[in-house]
Amino acid sequence: MTGPTHIFDKPNRYIGQSAPRADAARLLQGRGRYVDDVSLPRMVHASFVRSPHAHARITAIDTTAAKSCPGVVAIYTGADLAQHVTPYVGVLTHLAGLRSAPQHPLALDVARWQGEPVVMVIATSRALAEDACEHVMVDYDPLPATLDAETALSADAPLIHPEFGSNLAWERVVNAGNIDAAFATPGVKIVEREFRFGRHTGVTLESRGTVCDFDPSEEYLTVYYSGQAPHMMQVIFSKHLGLPEENIRVISNDVGGSFGIKIHTYGDEIATAAAAKLLRRPVKFIADRFESFVTDIHARDHVVRARMGVTEAGTIVGIDFDDLTGIGPFSMYPRTSAIECNQVLNLTGAPYVLENYRARGRVVFQNKTLMCQYRAVGHPIAMAICDGLLEDAARLIGMDPVDLRLRNLMADDSYPRASASGMKLDDLSHQAALRKLTQIMDYDTLRADQAEARKRGVYRGIGFVSMVEVTNPSPMFYGIGGAPIASQDGATVRLDAGGALHVSSSITEQGQGTNAILAQIAAGVFGVDLNRVKVTTGDTATTPYGGGTWASRGAGIGGEAMLQAAQALKDQVLEVAAVMLQTTPDKLDIQNGNVTDPDGTKRMTLADLARTVYYRGNELPSDLKPELIATRHYRVTDFPFVFTNGAMAAQVEVDIETGFVKVLHFWAVEDCGRVINPMLVDEQIRGGVVQGIGGALYEECHYSPEGQMLNATMADYMVPMAAEMPDITVAHIETPTKTSVLGAKGAGEAGTGGAPAAILNAVNDALAPLGASLWQMPMTPERVLTALDAAAG
Amino acid sequence: MFSVMGGTMKAPDFDYLRPATLDAAIALLASSDGDAMPLAGGQSLMPMMNFRVASPSALIDLADLAELRGISRDGSSIRIGAMTRYAELAASAEVMAALPLFGMALPHIAHDAIRNRGTLGGTIALGDPAAEMPALALALGAKIELAGPDGTRVIDADEFYLGYYETARAPDELIVAIHYPVALSDHRFGFHELTQRHGDYALAGAVVARTAQGHRVAFFGVADRPLRLPALEQALNTNPDVQSALHHLSAIAFTGDVKASAATRQRLAAVALTRALQGMTQ
Repeated sequence: MTGPTHIFDKPNRYIGQSAPRADAARLLQGRGRYVDDVSLPRMVHASFVRSPHAHARITAIDTTAAKSCPGVVAIYTGADLAQHVTPYVGVLTHLAGLRSAPQHPLALDVARWQGEPVVMVIATSRALAEDACEHVMVDYDPLPATLDAETALSADAPLIHPEFGSNLAWERVVNAGNIDAAFATPGVKIVEREFRFGRHTGVTLESRGTVCDFDPSEEYLTVYYSGQAPHMMQVIFSKHLGLPEENIRVISNDVGGSFGIKIHTYGDEIATAAAAKLLRRPVKFIADRFESFVTDIHARDHVVRARMGVTEAGTIVGIDFDDLTGIGPFSMYPRTSAIECNQVLNLTGAPYVLENYRARGRVVFQNKTLMCQYRAVGHPIAMAICDGLLEDAARLIGMDPVDLRLRNLMADDSYPRASASGMKLDDLSHQAALRKLTQIMDYDTLRADQAEARKRGVYRGIGFVSMVEVTNPSPMFYGIGGAPIASQDGATVRLDAGGALHVSSSITEQGQGTNAILAQIAAGVFGVDLNRVKVTTGDTATTPYGGGTWASRGAGIGGEAMLQAAQALKDQVLEVAAVMLQTTPDKLDIQNGNVTDPDGTKRMTLADLARTVYYRGNELPSDLKPELIATRHYRVTDFPFVFTNGAMAAQVEVDIETGFVKVLHFWAVEDCGRVINPMLVDEQIRGGVVQGIGGALYEECHYSPEGQMLNATMADYMVPMAAEMPDITVAHIETPTKTSVLGAKGAGEAGTGGAPAAILNAVNDALAPLGASLWQMPMTPERVLTALDAAAG
Repeated sequence: MFSVMGGTMKAPDFDYLRPATLDAAIALLASSDGDAMPLAGGQSLMPMMNFRVASPSALIDLADLAELRGISRDGSSIRIGAMTRYAELAASAEVMAALPLFGMALPHIAHDAIRNRGTLGGTIALGDPAAEMPALALALGAKIELAGPDGTRVIDADEFYLGYYETARAPDELIVAIHYPVALSDHRFGFHELTQRHGDYALAGAVVARTAQGHRVAFFGVADRPLRLPALEQALNTNPDVQSALHHLSAIAFTGDVKASAATRQRLAAVALTRALQGMTQ
């Protein structure tokens, strides 16, 4: 190793530069290869008959008429596929007590949510498959449904899995210090609020989809899959279809967004793979938008009762809360649906010095679409609880919310240390981030503007959040609990005869620029021009083995593996070059595609070196065995997670006549360690903030009392749109993590995790002079008006 | 909204017909016995077919009908062919001059891609209660020209909207054109639409036309159809203070849905009207 300084400071380092993405032109010219672009000979198409009921016994299925419809190739019921697919259960051993029931790709006797697949129809076109679906007759005997998480545990709630005796899936309690004593201390004031976080979902531009191609001659299944974790899916297809892992190839090339919805086991996708195996021909399934809304995992759905104690002088003495979250009728396989609640318990208050902390989380079953890990798992709930209460407390004691934070945030020189919930923390910069935030937003001027606006009857508010983000997870996240999910990632770097690098990695690209940063790291560390690096990701047959891209792990883990591999290849190449140039490796470098002296003087091109090795090995000493390829793997070892931190602020204006909230500006200061590509990181932050604003103001899955999703179209489910988005100013503090040479932490979820709390606080700051406050997301016009009415009495 | 429970991405099989004349189109429509549907801009119909909510046996594409095109002014009236697209309306200096409300409303209609395809006749015929153009027709006192097997007829916009997506157009009739009175120098207009996101259907919207004869006020996005409230208009004629007229809104059977309850819609309708009046053309 020639060391970090050299890697990051040499002329063509690339790391730290806003290099344009190599794939941008291809994607913008419509040459992306998404799953629906895959068309194979003899391919047929799947469409699904889904349960129209939230909870119903399936009493009869008659496929006679459908089978005679034009173009129909096969029809499968749950019972049909149960003979070929083993059931799966979404539990992990490290989430003690978590329970869920076996799931089948198609419902067997009972359908447990509206949209659960019941019958699969395969036909020669999607249109004909849909035609035939209309002729499948399913008799349902509707059952009482449990929909509301708040009543799911009551004695008279219908049981979704009677064998469990209740609808409780999991419960955990965290207790540190003595919260009761702290709150009872004279002079401690208590704020208490009930928070409600609506359900929302991912709404990826490319919906879920797969083309499954089975070759019976080799018993080999190739799965083109819009997903984030190809190797995980390889194991799942293997385990439940009864094929050896090595006989399954999962290809996830271009993926049009994922946000966490594409790391789970969906029955329609497993059924599609089973059908391909049974029919011995390719089968395509593409979820339409309606299917996406009722089957893609939903997120959030929490009711939280929370208290914070604070002294008059502004010391936060503790937080006490109870989180209830509804997860649908099953815990999602294989990651489980308890992680979100677990994160809320782990992360609430993590930026602050808290002596006393008590939290209870309960995860309950309900007859709605499954809830599971979505971008910034648990973070927006955790941040809104603590920072929402913090700003409420600031109002109570008459202290500026920034001052109250600065008094309670962990000091930047106090790491390593642990949070109240026991999370190991290091390399964080809360104080510096908040100070930088108030500078870039010109806080004092904004407060003056706010006061001036109020004189005109305009209600503006400013809200903050100080946050942590879980990134770069270690094996402690999933692997320890038995999930087939790699926590390490690998990278391979190969020097070709022309002097170019072919690199591959087990992390995946979903549109955020993974391939771009892999190329930057390889080019910069090894020493070639960026345009001489070709990247392969998303293919279990051709990349190293690894976890994929989720939990903000791609850059930090996959990037470090690439750095190590590029450095290893460089060392190998210089060893060869030293022999050829009759010197020693330490007197050589690689710069701009050439082997050079340390001062950059060119000695030979990489192409000359590689061609000699590959074509004219006779010119080399016979005891020299050049290896122009290197592979390295990396995992986080000393910490369960590498935390990042950030400080964000929103300025909003509330129209008190309509209840409309307009976000005027948003600021984010993020410390994700070393920034590999500032442009990509900034856009990740902005995209995350926009999704956070979506959760705070717009997005919600509405259900009828019978459990029908009422707004399962893009006209009725409101995603945030460009016209409503504010300017989002992004700035960085770079505190590299000491866990890797690269020093990169994740950046993908910070905006989504922090923005909702900042928006909540800004709205409540705007409403404060009217005596109103609102603690429910999304903060819709009607909810704002209701809060104003309540304050007006 | 959707009775079919399953994947609904592709429309059921249908015939595509593209007549060259209005007479041929009406003959096709009449002979289909109600199973065929006319295709104007397709911005609502095609999604409904792909959702399998609508399943016509045939689409009769109106794209080639010269009779349904063109913008012409005839003295105090302007005739706009039913197949005129939103983008063409916005680009027409004649429309912008004669109908100031069009300039105020068009930017609120969805987005460029939809405005490039969507047609005036299509939106008037569909009668979405939250769409802008039906309400403009009411506020302006437009006349709708229909052609059917028995010839043509002209019907007041006030008589056209009968209920939830229900209009006075017979299944074998086509809208040929809409006729609007040209704005005079003493006419004043107001428009205000409340949507959380630009381009969405309105949570509540109000359109106001004030002439020597008094106010005409149309609301959209509030009930099962676009509507006027004569008593509210009369109140505004006698007292320009909108506050004194707002109680007449209670006559509306406001829609309640996941975006806003009926009570919230009434409140938003009052705000929309107030702001439309505050923003009247000068």
